[in-house]
Amino acid sequence: MNTNMAVCIAVIAKENYPLYIRSVPTQNELKFHYTVHTSLDVVEEKISAVGKALGDQRELYLGLLYPTEDYKVYGYVTNSKVKFVIVVDSSNTSLRDNEIRSMFRKLHNSFTDVMCNPFHNPGDTIQSKAFDGIVSGMMVQTA
Amino acid sequence: MRKKIFFNNNIPLPPLELLHFFFFALFTSLYTSLAQQLPREPMEWRRTYGRAPKMILLEANFVQFKEELLPKEGNKALLTFPFLHIYWTDCCDTEMYKSSVKEDMMRWQNSLRTHGSSDWVIIVVETNDTKKKNKTNILPRSSIVDKIRSDFCNKQSDRCVVLSDPLKDSSRSQESWNSLLLKLRTLLLMSFTKNLGRFEDEMRTLREKRTQPGWSFCEYFMVQEELAFVFEMLQQFEDALVQYDELDALFTQYVLNFGAGDTANWLGSFCAPVRNWSGLLLRRPIDMEKRDSIQRGEASLLDLRSYLFSRQCTLLIFLQRPWEVTQRALELLHNCVQELRLLEVQVLEGALDCWVFLSCLEVLHRIEGCCDPAQLAANCSHTVGLWAAAHTGTVLQSPYKKLKEALSSVEAFERHYLELSHAAMEMYQAIGRLRSARLVGKSLAEFYMRKGDPERAETFLQEALKSYVSEGWSLPVTHTRRQVAECQKLLSKTEDYLQTSALLAGDVNLTTDERKHFCQEILSFTGKSGDQSHKVTLSMGVFAQLTQLKFHPAAASVHSGAVLQVELTLRCLMPVSVRIQQLVASIHFEVDHGGTHGRSKGAQRRTHPGTVVFRQSNSSAGPPSSAGAGPSLELDEIQDRSPSDNSLNSTGVICKNTHLLMRRHDSNSPPDTPNCISPPTVGIKEGAQMLKVQDVTLEPGNNSITFTAPPGTYTLRQLCATVGEVQFILPHIYPSAQYEVYSQEPQLTVEPLSEPLLAGLPQKVKFTLLTGHYTVKKGDALQLSNTETMPILPSTKLVGESTLSIQSSEKVTSISLPPAPPYHTLEFQLEVLCIIPSGADRPANERLTNGEVRHRPRSYSHPDTPMTAIDQRMSIDCPWSIYSTLLALTFYIPFKTKHSLLSAGNRQYIQVCVQNVSDVNFALAEVKLTEKQHASLELQSLNTKTQQLLCCKHSVFCLWEVRWKDDLPSCLQCVFSANFSPLSQDISAYKPFHYQFQLERVTTLYSVKAEIFPPAGEQRCRSGVLCGLEVCITRLTEPAEGEIAEDSKTETDGPKTTKLMYEVADSSSNWAVCGKSSGMVLMPMTANATHKVQIEVMPLFAGHLPFPKIKVLKYLPHTAAVAIQPDPDSCVENDSLSLLDKTLDDQGDTASIRSRGSVHSVGSGDQQQKGVAMPRLEPFSPGQVFNHSHACQVLVLPATDDHIMEVNAT
Repeated sequence: MNTNMAVCIAVIAKENYPLYIRSVPTQNELKFHYTVHTSLDVVEEKISAVGKALGDQRELYLGLLYPTEDYKVYGYVTNSKVKFVIVVDSSNTSLRDNEIRSMFRKLHNSFTDVMCNPFHNPGDTIQSKAFDGIVSGMMVQTA
Repeated sequence: MRKKIFFNNNIPLPPLELLHFFFFALFTSLYTSLAQQLPREPMEWRRTYGRAPKMILLEANFVQFKEELLPKEGNKALLTFPFLHIYWTDCCDTEMYKSSVKEDMMRWQNSLRTHGSSDWVIIVVETNDTKKKNKTNILPRSSIVDKIRSDFCNKQSDRCVVLSDPLKDSSRSQESWNSLLLKLRTLLLMSFTKNLGRFEDEMRTLREKRTQPGWSFCEYFMVQEELAFVFEMLQQFEDALVQYDELDALFTQYVLNFGAGDTANWLGSFCAPVRNWSGLLLRRPIDMEKRDSIQRGEASLLDLRSYLFSRQCTLLIFLQRPWEVTQRALELLHNCVQELRLLEVQVLEGALDCWVFLSCLEVLHRIEGCCDPAQLAANCSHTVGLWAAAHTGTVLQSPYKKLKEALSSVEAFERHYLELSHAAMEMYQAIGRLRSARLVGKSLAEFYMRKGDPERAETFLQEALKSYVSEGWSLPVTHTRRQVAECQKLLSKTEDYLQTSALLAGDVNLTTDERKHFCQEILSFTGKSGDQSHKVTLSMGVFAQLTQLKFHPAAASVHSGAVLQVELTLRCLMPVSVRIQQLVASIHFEVDHGGTHGRSKGAQRRTHPGTVVFRQSNSSAGPPSSAGAGPSLELDEIQDRSPSDNSLNSTGVICKNTHLLMRRHDSNSPPDTPNCISPPTVGIKEGAQMLKVQDVTLEPGNNSITFTAPPGTYTLRQLCATVGEVQFILPHIYPSAQYEVYSQEPQLTVEPLSEPLLAGLPQKVKFTLLTGHYTVKKGDALQLSNTETMPILPSTKLVGESTLSIQSSEKVTSISLPPAPPYHTLEFQLEVLCIIPSGADRPANERLTNGEVRHRPRSYSHPDTPMTAIDQRMSIDCPWSIYSTLLALTFYIPFKTKHSLLSAGNRQYIQVCVQNVSDVNFALAEVKLTEKQHASLELQSLNTKTQQLLCCKHSVFCLWEVRWKDDLPSCLQCVFSANFSPLSQDISAYKPFHYQFQLERVTTLYSVKAEIFPPAGEQRCRSGVLCGLEVCITRLTEPAEGEIAEDSKTETDGPKTTKLMYEVADSSSNWAVCGKSSGMVLMPMTANATHKVQIEVMPLFAGHLPFPKIKVLKYLPHTAAVAIQPDPDSCVENDSLSLLDKTLDDQGDTASIRSRGSVHSVGSGDQQQKGVAMPRLEPFSPGQVFNHSHACQVLVLPATDDHIMEVNAT
């Protein structure tokens, strides 16, 4: 098992419904859904806290949203309030803040590409192969 | 006696140690004030490694000097470190100094030097007592100090300080006391900085050795903690915390490295199995017990972590950052669990949970202890995680008392568990982390379910479900919904359970087997032949979706008799095929379908005709796109038409579903959520009209169902599928779909084939017959009443397959129609001619064949065109109605005709002007003028051309001279006639045009001749000089019959006379009329009677001046005016005429006017007769007066050159 990876990656729309959510297939998908959904609480909290302080000049990366016994949940919010959530195994100690940041940046770039697709209807779930590929590259590979 | 004092920082733990000797009494008194006053003023602490300088307060302990207390080489203790050595002496005697003090000092210095300490100071205390004692041997105080300085302080003169009379209260002693304090502070700080720096360096060196075998983390821990203690004592909590954080990070790194396979020996002690799980202990600032175990290297991982955290906690609380404690605590708890796993430490089952739980409670307790409740509430977000963590301890333990109690009985355990869960939930809710609260609620529900309390569980589950549905999280929705289903089944909530089952049966997140199971649950219920009253109504959305509605034909509008089919596409969500006993679409009759015959409405028209596509709100899974984007705009065109003539006033676009779009966004529950939370209570409306099909089997996926529509205009409202005892109802079909099966009356319309219709020319009109429900049989005919003014020309042709036969009788034109089916259109053209009314004569009303009074076409001017319009009405009897159909056509007369009488002396001319006001060019031929009554009269044409071009907007003038033999009749009845045709057509197409007019009083009665005479003696008139104007009025004819009759009433005897009034008026201001300008003339009514009037006029300009205008008017005395209509405008009774009167020749007559006026003014006149009785002026008809001098001119010379214009050329 490659430990240098995420176990779940989610893209959540401005209205808080999932645009894309993928987790390591062998693990409990439902649990990740719950985890990501609950993390929106913290995301919203962070957005409103930062929004007050800095206006639009906020940083997109929200940092560690909350740790659980098993996972660490990181958040990222685009300017259009689309949220990215990456869940990492708690035992995975090799991932530093910087790596998480760059993962989000990659995710954001790919997401932007998806949005630029004229055939994509903003608000629809993401079904792009390219995006899938980027996500797969960041996810734990289970052979 | 002497005492040497050692300064030390005020560290609470180690005991005080006195290092040197002094007079005990003096020392104790100084010691207390020194210890007190030293920390009163802050010192700037400049630090190494570029750290920011800080202001610190120095505290010190004074300890008696003992050689054995001096630090040995390699001593790491910083707390007990002697920072400054002080030698106190009150010696003022040279002898004494030489004998003992110096020696003692030397010894002291040597021992200091051997221990490498260079931080010392000698204080010489000077008192009056000591001076007095040995007066003889006394040396100046300075000499002792100088001696000491030269003996010990080479180059460091500041190492010796004088303190004078410390026990006296003089300014001098105060001054020396203050300088001593300052000196001590400075030296102390210097030493402290130096020693601390050395300590830190040593510590770092030790840390660098950590890769060497035999290095012990515990040892290092103690060293760095020493530093932390020092910072803590200096109140530099931040720095102290950094030390612990560094230790924390170092340890964490080792554990992580261990996980990566890089093992350090010293870690072995931390890998021991966990035997003690007593949780954090945060109440004491230093947990000495744990500290000792670390020092001994016996601490377990949990011990180390607990101790480290307790120290961090203490410092954070000093730093007023209790919230960080909770946050760090949570991290710590997760981290410890991870670390134990990494180090593969054996842990008893439950021990870890116990430790986590106890720790959580301990942290919470500690935080609550140091904060007020308001602060606590405001910062719930920090603690809530801990509450949640405490709650999630899978097997629930309680601390100490609670733990024992909880483990002692199941009931108590439950109580504590619920208490904690609720506390966590409430806190989550309070800080707005609703999702987290619901997740806790969900696990609580699971607990209740396990306990067999589905009722409570359902509340929590529904709450959670609602949130997942509204945010579109399909997987949690499915999972929670299954749990809900379980609850509902246990609670026997049949309807809810069936609804949920239906949703689950259609849920793609479930496996087919699971879906089949839930589908079967519904089917088995429907199969139960329960009592009839127990019908269950469910939302259609859970079962099937209406995706499309299609009308055949697409217009959604047919006449009765044709078939209109409505095809529904239902997407069945069930995993298996379901047999439906009955599918019903209820329809609503639309009353207001006024002008929409044959037209489909709104939604149908917009997209594909006849098809309504329904947007799907995804019932259970996927993104709630409808909730996010809202319903689509439903736009429709509106047209505001004037009620009178149906012309367009305004047009626009309206949004028909604003009520859906303009909702507040914060209250957004998705518009239609068939999420089983509340089943629809809307039933199918009783007694409504319905479209029905029986026994349909719906296969999974799309199904097509066709209904046949009954006549009428209906909107589809609801849909209901019945499966046994279960009804699935779609309470509202939106967007609305409407169809129309209509019945229509036959309609006949006539419209011009080309606009505008021109009168006088054959014009084609189109008849359109919409048969409506009427079947045109063989022999049916339209009966048109003939009118003289608009004959129908026999050139009809039918647009269509068969011909039409037209029979005209005298009064009726009959058009026989070909047989035609209902709802068919027949079109044909007729050629009609509207005869241009010639003008004068208006025959009496005639009656039409049907007895109606014939309306004469009335001409009127239309605002849009210069042409005169005529409305021609047609009355048509149709076979389907007993009433006549009245239709109107508007024709326009292409010409405007004017006539005028021109005269020259006795000769008379008649001019007719024809103006073409249409847009067509005409040829005009055979222009004729005839007089109807007088045969003797000859009208000689002066027109040379026989045919003339009359272009549009142009005019043609025609002239005739009137010649007569005997007398010229006073009244001429003239008819102007011409033939005209559009220019493009040949002669045969010429149509006549007549214009009748009447000329009255054409005979010339008077001729007026004016002459201007230059003043006497002059050849020419000169401007500014009076000249004479002679007006000569000559009667040309004998009085005619009518004329005598007019005037005979007044003058019965003698020769007939008439009164004329003349008036000289010069409108162009060429002439000044001097004296009277108007007057009355009594004219005998015989031929060649002449009257001359002399008037003086003065030309105002030189040149050829036109004669002043001379007007002659008929003067009618009051009695003569009876027969004539009163005309207030020409009443003589006005000021201008009164003024005029004064100049009149005929005084008698003016007097009569005056008297008449005065009589009237006294009010004795008959008021009714007033208007009639006035004397009046009446103009002559054109041609009755001929003015010879009309347009004559006279040459006027400039006035005599009286004024010489001087022109100086210089």
